[in-house]
Amino acid sequence: MTAPAVAEPLRPAAPAGPSRARAVLRSGAVRALLHNRKALVGALLLLGFVVLALFPGQLAPDDPNAEIFRPGLGASSSHWFGTTAYGQDVLSQLIWGTRQSLLIAFAVGGLATAIAVIVGVSAAYLGGFADGLLSTITDVILVIPIFPLVIVLAAYEKNAGFFTLVVVLGALGWSYGARQLRAQTLSMRNRDFLEAARVRGERRLYVIVFEILPTMTSLIVASFLGAALYAVLTAAGLQFVGLGDPNSLSWGTMLYWAQNNEALGAGMVLWAVMPGVCVALLGAAFALLNYAFDEVSNPALRKVRRVQRG
Amino acid sequence: MRFVLRRLSFFVITLWAAVTLNFLIPRLMPGNPALAMMARYKGHINPQALHALEIAFGVGTHKSLGAAYVAYLGDLVRGRFGISLTFFPQAVMHEVLQALPWTLALVGITTILAFSLGTLIGIVGAWRRGGVFDAMLPPIFIVTSAFPYFWLALLAIWLFAIKLHWLPASGGYDVTTNVAWSWAFVSDTLRHSILPAATILVTSIGGWILTMRNNMITVLSEDYVRMARAKGLSQWRIMWTYAGRNAILPNLTGFAMSLGFVVSGAILVEFVFNYPGVGWMFLQAVENQDYALMQALFLLIVVAVLSAILVADAVTAFVDPRTRELR
Repeated sequence: MTAPAVAEPLRPAAPAGPSRARAVLRSGAVRALLHNRKALVGALLLLGFVVLALFPGQLAPDDPNAEIFRPGLGASSSHWFGTTAYGQDVLSQLIWGTRQSLLIAFAVGGLATAIAVIVGVSAAYLGGFADGLLSTITDVILVIPIFPLVIVLAAYEKNAGFFTLVVVLGALGWSYGARQLRAQTLSMRNRDFLEAARVRGERRLYVIVFEILPTMTSLIVASFLGAALYAVLTAAGLQFVGLGDPNSLSWGTMLYWAQNNEALGAGMVLWAVMPGVCVALLGAAFALLNYAFDEVSNPALRKVRRVQRG
Repeated sequence: MRFVLRRLSFFVITLWAAVTLNFLIPRLMPGNPALAMMARYKGHINPQALHALEIAFGVGTHKSLGAAYVAYLGDLVRGRFGISLTFFPQAVMHEVLQALPWTLALVGITTILAFSLGTLIGIVGAWRRGGVFDAMLPPIFIVTSAFPYFWLALLAIWLFAIKLHWLPASGGYDVTTNVAWSWAFVSDTLRHSILPAATILVTSIGGWILTMRNNMITVLSEDYVRMARAKGLSQWRIMWTYAGRNAILPNLTGFAMSLGFVVSGAILVEFVFNYPGVGWMFLQAVENQDYALMQALFLLIVVAVLSAILVADAVTAFVDPRTRELR
């Protein structure tokens, strides 16, 4: 698999090679993404949630915590998604809850990706014993079922707050990305442009950060999106079973309270359905973007105009 | 042979890592939750059981961490997981063995189904790339794979149990039927398993479809596929015996890796459906702060996932001669 910008630093005339290489790559990636319908849908969904998370105060019709309405109202023009059993407006809770889910997704995605890059690239670059050790650790974390482990941790911690959640999920969610990044780095180890950098006498760190990493942008993004998707789902699941902070405003917590009040049986269907719709939509946004990035970085997967087979 | 040995040693290393985590977590947690739990149960359970718990969690004994670790490993080898508080005075082992068959049947069968179906859809989708089938199914299942398992389970209960009254909403079997190998019991069990199984199937199938489709597309551009075409072999034969067979190999490895994800989902599905399996019991243990049961179940889940991975490895080694030769 050849990343489009791999050949770029080879050109001797290119001034400040790496930054240019990155700019070219990015514009190429952006153009490819704009032409990809899956990416467009995913990006629009994500953008919508980001706006909700940034301005909940302006967008939400009511105070999410105020128990001031008649409990268990159905959908109406004043309460689009009805009210909870405590008389709160469901729509306002959804809008305010966006912030936490997004924050967890981005924080865990960032943390996990950072670890994945460090472990994966250095394993491949160092080789030998260090590679063996790092790869074994990666594989062990990869196969240990994380959700049960997180549950065990949360059970002792008593109501995992935002910070615990991010650290635990980030510390456990990097292995898949690390594995892929290692494989990709290994496949590039003997490319000419890296050889050139070595001959130029560049330091290892420089080579890794400015020569290797830019060619792996799409893999890094994919690793981020994968970790973010997993964080959204895991956090929601954890909160749903009551291991999150029950007073926090998040979709998982909403589902927890809805389930505790048997919202589905009691006719408050939207209260139990809408937070799940939000989790699913945010998850779908990450999944679609991930899928699209896979297509962009792997030209073999791109849409074919027309296939003719015997 | 070397491949098998390497995988076996990996199995042992991972198991050891999980056991050690299991040992360390309760001891390193702030505020000593085990002590708090025991304080709550003092006077409610007999002193002997309490003592057993103290040893299990290293409370009140003056053993060093190392000595406690050795004792802990010794207990595990002999299958001593302590006494369950939820199901007092049953030993943890006894309870776990009752829940295990339910989960093995539900998750095992569903996972194999999802894997086979997903692989099939992936092969056909890649073969007729850009066709109606390929344009519809993969994107739909990518979206469903982002659904939270438990939420889909809630929706299924609401629609099929509460609204339509087609299927039971919770439990593994009707408590009024006799637990025996009779047709009434078996069919009742099957009826109870339809909704949880469908939930797991719908959410887990997307991953298989996607990876299989991508593998297949890569394989289809290989020379030996072109060669097969040039030889004028039938389309059917190229699709299954040439391309499909080779594309399946990476998917088998993927099977091993995504299993943890499926198991996590199954825990939540069992929770929502009150399905009497390992996942439901696990969350019950968490709720009742029955740490001995919880930790035994965690280990059990790890062992189950690792065993499945080992089986997948063995199948890969059997199907693909290259893995046997590799280093």
